[in-house]
Amino acid sequence: MKTTTRLKSVITEHSTLFILITPLIIIALVTDLLDDTLTERIVITMFINLILVLGLQLFMGNGGILNFAHIGFMGIGAYASVIFSMTPQAKSIGLPDLYPILNPIQIPFLTALLLGGLIAAFCAAIISFPLMRLSDAAAVITSFALLVIIHVVLVHWDNITAGPQTLFGVDRYTDLWMSVIWGIGFIILAYWFKESSLGLKLRASRDDRYAAATIGVNMVIIRWIAFTLSAFMAGIAGGLWAHFITSFSPKAFYLTETFVILAMLVVGGPGSVSGAVVGTLIVSIVREGLRTIESAINIGQLLSSTLIGFAEVFLSIALIVILIFRPGGIMGGREIRWPKKNPLSKKNEDSASTTIS
Amino acid sequence: MFSIDFLINALSLGSLYALIALGLVIVYGILKLVNFAYGELIMVGGYALFMLANLPALPWLVMALIAVTIAMLTSYLTERVAFRPVREKSLTAMLITSFAVSTLLQNAALLIVSSRSRAVQFPAIFSGSVRLGNVDIANRNILVIVTSSLLLFALTLLLKRTILGIALRAAADKFQMTRMLGVPANLIISVAFVISGLLAGVVSLFWIGRVGSVTPTIGLSPLLIAFVATVIGGMNSLEGAVVGGYLYGILFSIISLILPQNLLDYREAFMFSIVILILLFKPEGLIRGTYSGERVG
Repeated sequence: MKTTTRLKSVITEHSTLFILITPLIIIALVTDLLDDTLTERIVITMFINLILVLGLQLFMGNGGILNFAHIGFMGIGAYASVIFSMTPQAKSIGLPDLYPILNPIQIPFLTALLLGGLIAAFCAAIISFPLMRLSDAAAVITSFALLVIIHVVLVHWDNITAGPQTLFGVDRYTDLWMSVIWGIGFIILAYWFKESSLGLKLRASRDDRYAAATIGVNMVIIRWIAFTLSAFMAGIAGGLWAHFITSFSPKAFYLTETFVILAMLVVGGPGSVSGAVVGTLIVSIVREGLRTIESAINIGQLLSSTLIGFAEVFLSIALIVILIFRPGGIMGGREIRWPKKNPLSKKNEDSASTTIS
Repeated sequence: MFSIDFLINALSLGSLYALIALGLVIVYGILKLVNFAYGELIMVGGYALFMLANLPALPWLVMALIAVTIAMLTSYLTERVAFRPVREKSLTAMLITSFAVSTLLQNAALLIVSSRSRAVQFPAIFSGSVRLGNVDIANRNILVIVTSSLLLFALTLLLKRTILGIALRAAADKFQMTRMLGVPANLIISVAFVISGLLAGVVSLFWIGRVGSVTPTIGLSPLLIAFVATVIGGMNSLEGAVVGGYLYGILFSIISLILPQNLLDYREAFMFSIVILILLFKPEGLIRGTYSGERVG
């Protein structure tokens, strides 16, 4: 009896997690049952994007600093994991200029994926430590500069990447449930981080960095931990994506992808994990819908020229409209919660929220 | 090594970069907004030139003026439609808006024109050269230097001698105080965007004159140049942007001359590493404005 009440209280306390995860599992189950290649492709991409958005939310939502470099770490994770998962034969064709030491190394996919994430996190940890004391415009320009630097290095370091060319010959390991499990795992991680004392401190420093510093929050260290963790998530997403799409070039990890991920987070609301999930779902659905319209018009040759960029135009207008009318995103920084039944606890929550605001 | 030819080249690159940087900083100074859509204004100018060339023959100078005007108008419209409503919200909201405007303009160009590059015709005077002593100097380079000097001179006059200019500088310094003294905020910000558009339009003439064609993504490199130049020079002063622009142009020419080819590929990465280092250790840049950005450490 006692354990069930305890379980009940845990579930009501963290109802957000269950409410967020259940529809995702339903989507995955339906996709699995449908067994349609195109749907599966869309859903896997959505889950990988979800990991990216959650990673961005972890640093940007809790820390309040715009981070453009996120997709750069996705690129690092993608290339790093691919180097360790490809067979030596495939590497000598796909990556002809690879350092000879790296050529014979081949490890199982999951370890390669983890290693890719860790390498991305490691790069982030080294590069970002001195940058974490910057705020506002300086922080934005440095993160943008970081994205450009990572891109330039990926394009030109052909001992590691295939240079600007497309890298072929990656084995496909990422399937539907692989992406679903990682996606759900990272929802739990992002939620845990936000509710943990680390997340609380980071959010405090976002709301008022001086007040937070006065009560002993070491903002630089906490931002650094969040940034590294967020880069790890981006790295894992990169590894999953690389082993799903199987051929890619550094161009994939640049401004276009950055915009999509940023749009997902901003539409949903960067302030909460629910916002990240809701934003990813909505933008993915809208984007696929627009793409279907776009390709229908192109196939039917309704216009004299082929239609490209339609989805992006719509998405950027939607983003501006959201920022004008609902700058906190759809969720407005709140988590989805199961309404509490106990009148006493509701009353407490109400009074708590009024005192805070 | 440093021949007259090289010096003129470096100076013309520097002048162009100075204009690019100034266009970004004039908005940043007032709104503290790093306008990611700035590069797209240059693209808009380029496409305007391309489209005007298809119309019945207009003198090139008239076409150039119309192109610059269209860039100014676009800049004003982005301010009016997108930036003004989010201005009061948060810096991050404004930055994301500018990123969205940038994507919007880029993809609108994709949608309306094409992703393929479009050749833009320039009059013969651009491609010719004059002989000075024993070196040939491209007319284009001289044109850039002369135009940017004139433009900078005119802008200095505007900023130092007119009421509008004084209000602009005051707003860049202490915006709230300026408003309290009765200067209309909307007007000042609009003017800043219009000047930014003017500079972008003029830059587009010379930038596309160098490249010879226009693509939807042409705005990215000038934007990156503006970032580097303004950070070197100092983000909080207009003089800093000009100095940073010239310095970056000259530095870039020297680096291109002395770096070996395999390192030259990483040139952009080097420049951006310098940017990060400057922001870390000397965030006010070479020329310190009156207000330096907030920084915690």
